[in-house]
Amino acid sequence: MVSKYSNLTVRAYRRDNGRVGVRNHVVILPVDDISNAACEAVANNIKGTLALPHAYGRLQFGEDLDLHFRTMIGTGSNPNVAAVVVIGIEPGWTKKIVDGIAESGKPVAGFSIEQNGDLKTIMDASRKAKEFVHYASELQREECSISELWISTKCGESDTTTGLGSCPTVGNMYDKLLPEGIYGCFGETSEITGAEHIAKARAINPEVGERWYRMWKAYQDDVIEAHKTNDLSESQPTKGNIEGGLTTIEEKALGNLEKIGRTSRYIDILEPAEQPKSGNGLYFMDSSSAAAECVTLMAAGGYVIHTFPTGQGNVIGNPIVPVVKITANPRTVRTMGEHVDVDVSGILRREMTIDEAGDELIDMIVRTANGRHTAAEALGHREFVMTKLYRSA
Amino acid sequence: MTIPHLLVHDNKDNVGVVVVEGLTAGTKMFCVVTHDNSSFEMEAKADVPIGHKIALSDLKAGDTAVKYGEDIGRFVADVSRGGHVHVHNLKTKRW
Repeated sequence: MVSKYSNLTVRAYRRDNGRVGVRNHVVILPVDDISNAACEAVANNIKGTLALPHAYGRLQFGEDLDLHFRTMIGTGSNPNVAAVVVIGIEPGWTKKIVDGIAESGKPVAGFSIEQNGDLKTIMDASRKAKEFVHYASELQREECSISELWISTKCGESDTTTGLGSCPTVGNMYDKLLPEGIYGCFGETSEITGAEHIAKARAINPEVGERWYRMWKAYQDDVIEAHKTNDLSESQPTKGNIEGGLTTIEEKALGNLEKIGRTSRYIDILEPAEQPKSGNGLYFMDSSSAAAECVTLMAAGGYVIHTFPTGQGNVIGNPIVPVVKITANPRTVRTMGEHVDVDVSGILRREMTIDEAGDELIDMIVRTANGRHTAAEALGHREFVMTKLYRSA
Repeated sequence: MTIPHLLVHDNKDNVGVVVVEGLTAGTKMFCVVTHDNSSFEMEAKADVPIGHKIALSDLKAGDTAVKYGEDIGRFVADVSRGGHVHVHNLKTKRW
């Protein structure tokens, strides 16, 4: 069916695997924490590159190690990345990540530090990074359909205005763009608590709903019940949520779920950082509700634009994915407007409908895809945070 | 159109959300139910910050709080119509 959104196009980068990216980063990716210094040195040497330092990658095992590799390979494979230099302490795991990223068809090269030292590694990696910058800087944006975008969402520093305004705005965008063929993604497993009956019913069919429920229940039983010391208030809801007027997890969850709109249904469930394999549509990713962790996982899943409703004013960004901030809270617009990309506070004054707000968000998604820097990008927010499942060996 | 002081999601709700800054006790609030755009007036009994909730009827400890037409927790202290609802009188049923 043709709608007024069907003909929207963006100017973006088409990668060799057919995916569409809206940024063109040359990433210097450390396999492990002790390779951060070499990566940052390369990024300092070669202008137009971006190092992604992080805290992990040593002595991990089992499912936790699988997640580490999935996050590294997924980040390098994201269509917002043109080329990748990978640096690790030893060649084995470095090669594993290089080979994984190479499957996306983009230029990637690995370097390891043992038997070379930092200085030689930095020199060799810098030469390759320079080559990649020349390559990436000659790539041209081309016209792509809006239906080719993968758009994720997660809210943060929520308050009661998110459930009234900014989350329904994202939901309205999904109700309009998912039928056009985009990929969507929501998550925040713990934060559905209190609205799990509604989330389960929003699956495309009962089998998917049942799988969603088992995933949600496993987190409740294995993590929350096993580790809680009190009632989780001050973490779910957070101190900021409470300041903003949210009292209970049930209330927060119901506001959170407004992000999937009225008609959208999720078609499958993703492991953290897993790339969708069931075609276009909405996915739920099993993920933390902490903003930087969640956005990092969704970026590794291949999503190229993130829509982020906030009430009290979460300032998060991501190094490779533009994070579009939406708020309905007039106090947040007044006191920290530099963090806001889409002001929908008119919804609270009944001057703006949810439908109009959804259209404003879609307009901002198009502008962001075309190259407009988000508030978080302009302010230098590059939070890249790995999710860790349990203690290392 | 008059700018509302208080928004209520659903007709089944027994709490609403203050959507203006600096609301003071005694204010005759213009309240709108977003589900059907119906409206009513009610007096605020306390100074309540933007984003915080106000009781739409007299509620007793043990009662269920309803917002979005759904259960959002249990009152642990009485609150009268127009009073401030938050962590001092409402608690989750979950953890």
